[in-house]
Amino acid sequence: MKGEILLKNAKLVDGRGEHGHADVLIGEGRILSLSGGEAQKVLDVAGMVLSPGFLDPHAHLREPGQEVKEDLRSGLTAAARGGYTDVVSMPNTSPVVDSAEMVRALKKKAAQIGQARLHPAAALTQGQEGKTLSEAKLLQEAGAAMLTDDGRTNEDAGVLALGLRYAASWGLVVAVHAEDAGLRRGGVMHEGEVSYRLGLPGNPGYAESARIARDLEVLRYVNEGLAAQPHLHIQHLSTKRGLELVRQARRDGLRVSTEVTPHHLTLTHERLESLNPLYKVAPPLRTQADVEALVEGLLDGSIECIGTDHAPHTADEKELDLLRAPFGIPSLEVCWPLLYTELVEKRSFPLAVLLERFTDGPRRILGLAPIHLEEGAEASLVLWSPDEERPVDPKCFASKARFSPWAGWVLRGWPTLTLVEGRVVFESAHTLGKEPRPI
Amino acid sequence: MSESAVPSFPKHLLDFRDWSPVQVESLLETAQMMQEVLARPVKKVPALTGFTVATVFFEPSTRTRISFELAARRMSADVVSFVGAVSSTTKGETYRDTLRTLDQMGIDAYILRTDAAGVPHQAHGWLKKPIINAGDGWRAHPTQALLDAFTLREKLGSLEGKKIAIVGDILHSRVARSNAELLPMLGAHVVACGPATLLPAQLPGATLTTNLKEALQEADAVMVLRLQKERMDKGLLPSLPEYIAAYQITQGRLGWARPEAPLLHPGPMNRDVELEGTLADAPRSLVERQVANGQAVRMAVLYHVLVGKRN
Ligand SMILES: [Zn+2]
Repeated sequence: MKGEILLKNAKLVDGRGEHGHADVLIGEGRILSLSGGEAQKVLDVAGMVLSPGFLDPHAHLREPGQEVKEDLRSGLTAAARGGYTDVVSMPNTSPVVDSAEMVRALKKKAAQIGQARLHPAAALTQGQEGKTLSEAKLLQEAGAAMLTDDGRTNEDAGVLALGLRYAASWGLVVAVHAEDAGLRRGGVMHEGEVSYRLGLPGNPGYAESARIARDLEVLRYVNEGLAAQPHLHIQHLSTKRGLELVRQARRDGLRVSTEVTPHHLTLTHERLESLNPLYKVAPPLRTQADVEALVEGLLDGSIECIGTDHAPHTADEKELDLLRAPFGIPSLEVCWPLLYTELVEKRSFPLAVLLERFTDGPRRILGLAPIHLEEGAEASLVLWSPDEERPVDPKCFASKARFSPWAGWVLRGWPTLTLVEGRVVFESAHTLGKEPRPI
Repeated sequence: MSESAVPSFPKHLLDFRDWSPVQVESLLETAQMMQEVLARPVKKVPALTGFTVATVFFEPSTRTRISFELAARRMSADVVSFVGAVSSTTKGETYRDTLRTLDQMGIDAYILRTDAAGVPHQAHGWLKKPIINAGDGWRAHPTQALLDAFTLREKLGSLEGKKIAIVGDILHSRVARSNAELLPMLGAHVVACGPATLLPAQLPGATLTTNLKEALQEADAVMVLRLQKERMDKGLLPSLPEYIAAYQITQGRLGWARPEAPLLHPGPMNRDVELEGTLADAPRSLVERQVANGQAVRMAVLYHVLVGKRN
C-alpha cells in the first residue's frame, strides 16, 4: 500500500485506551493502514505517542476587530502547535459574530489559512445584548458550532429559556458563561482569605454556583414537554459547588455538559499574592479544594472536556494594574503538555481519560463523531512526545499573546506533529533537531 | 558589630511583608530622632542632599502628599511632584507609562499613591528604584500604620498585649489592613468592627466583630475610620442615620473602652458621622499628634530606603 506519510513505531493512545505500537500509514486524509506500507515521507517516531487531534470548545481568537490581540492566522497556528486540529472560536468579537455571513466569512478565511479547523460559535442573542435571539437556523446552516453569549452573562432568565428552547429545534448547544453579575460585583479575583488580605474586590464562588443553579432550573423548565432535548453547556466551570449542582442535574437526566480550563486545574487564587495581573482571569482562580473537585469531576466524567478559554491580550494591557488589566490567559500552545505533566505524570491521572476529554468529549458536545486510531479513520491526529522536556517559553508562542502564568514551568508531552485530514499543519523544530526560534 | 549582623533593610516600603519586627522597631527609633529634628528651630538636616524624590499621586491626597514632601525637604532632598488621574477608561497613559517617563529624569525614589492594589509592587519591578507606598487601593497604607503605631506608643508605651479597636468601613480600608498587619508585629491585638456589609469575612491579624460594644470593651485605644458616602450609593449601607445609630463613636460609647483610651483618626474626618464632632477636639484625641508624627515617620522611611540604617 502507498501513502503520503508513514509514522513508524508510533505508540497509539486514544480516548478508549492504549493500543500498542504500529507503523501508521496516512494518505487520502485517512489512516490507510496500521501495519506500514510505502510513503513519500517516512518518520521514525519511536518513543512518541499518536493520538486523535484535540478539539478546543472555547477559544478567543479575537477576529474580527481585535486583531492586535490575536487573529485567525496566529490563533489557529497556535492551536496547531498545541496539537489541536479543531477550535471553537467565541463570538464576543468586535463586531459580535451573530450573522450567517460572518460565520461563513470566518470559516472561509480559516480554510484558506489551512491550520487547525475553525468551528465558529455564534452569539445566542443579537449583538450579545441579551434581548433578541439570533438566527439559529441560518447560523447553523452557515456552520456555527454552538450558540453563546460568552464574555457576557445571560442576565434575563426568560431570554435564556427562549434561546434553549429555540436552539433545541436545530440540535444546537447553548453554552453559557455562568456568573451572577450582582454577586460578582466587579470582583477581580476569587473572594476569600487572599482577596481580603490584599484588599482586592472579590468574586465569590457563589457568583458561579448561584447562576448555575438558576440556569439549571431554566433548563429543567425548558426540558419539560419538549420533543428535542435542550442542551446546556456550562463554560469554564471553576467551583466545587457548581460541579455538585451539575452532577445532580445530570443524575436527573438533564442534558448538561461542562468544560474546565487548564488554569483552573493547575493554579489557585494564592497566585495573586504576587499582585501580578497575569493571574487575572474570569472566572477567577479558586481554592485548592475547588481544584481537587475539578480534577475529580474530570476523572469521573461529570466534566466532559477541557476548554482552554484561550484569551489573548496585548502585553501592554496585561501589564495594567489589577483593577484595569483585562481578564484572560493564553493557553492553546501549552494546554496538553501542561495537563499531561501536571495531571498524568504528577498525579497519576489516567492518560486515556485525559485524552478522551481533549478529543471524544468535546466532539460529542458538538455532535461530531469520535476519531479513534483505526484503519479508515480521519487522519486528524497529533503526535506528541512524553519524554521531551522543556520549559514554557512565551517568546516562542505563535499566539500574539506572549505571556503565560506557566512561563518557566518545565513540561513534558509537547506536540511534535499535527495533521489535519492527513495534511501536516505543524511540525516541531525540536523533532528535526533545530533550536526553537522566537517568532 | 560586624556587617552581616546588621539587618539589611528593604529598599522599599510596599507593605510589611518584607519587614521584620526588628526592622520596624529600628525604623520607629529613627522616627524618634527625626522628631527631635522637627523640634529644633531650624528643621533641616543634610541627610538626603543630592537625592531626588518624586511624589506620584494618581489619587489625590493633599495632606499625605504635603507630609511626604515636607519630610523629604527637611532632609534636604530635591522633590518633584506629579498629580494625575487614571480613569477606568484610560487606554494610553497608564501608571507604567507615566512612571517610566518620569524615570528618565533621574529620580532616586518614588512615593506612590494609586487607586489600584498592587501598583507599587508592579512599579518596583518596572523601575528597580525604591518605592514608598503612599496608599494602593484598599490594600495598604504602610506609613499611616507606622505613624499610628508611633503615636500609640508615645501615648501607651509598649503595645505588647494592648487591645486596639478599629471602627468603620474595614472592607475598603487600606488603613485598617496595614494596621492589622503592623500592630500585631508590635505585640498588639487588633479588633476590627463595622457593619456586616463593610466587613470582610476574615482579616488576618485582626479579630472581626459587628458588635461595637464588644469591640470597644477594655480597648486601650480606638481608631475611627472615615466613612465614604459612596458606600451608600453602592447599596452597602441603608443611610447615614442608620450608620450613626449603630456605629458612631460617641462620648457615651467611648465609656466602654478603658478610661482615657486615646482616639485616633487617619483623617480627613466627617465630623458627626463616624464620631461625635466634639470628640475630635477632646484631650483624648490624638488626631493632631498623628499629623505631626506623620512627618517624622516619613522622614525615617525615606532615610531608611535611600540611605539605609547606619550603626
Ligand atoms: Zn466566559
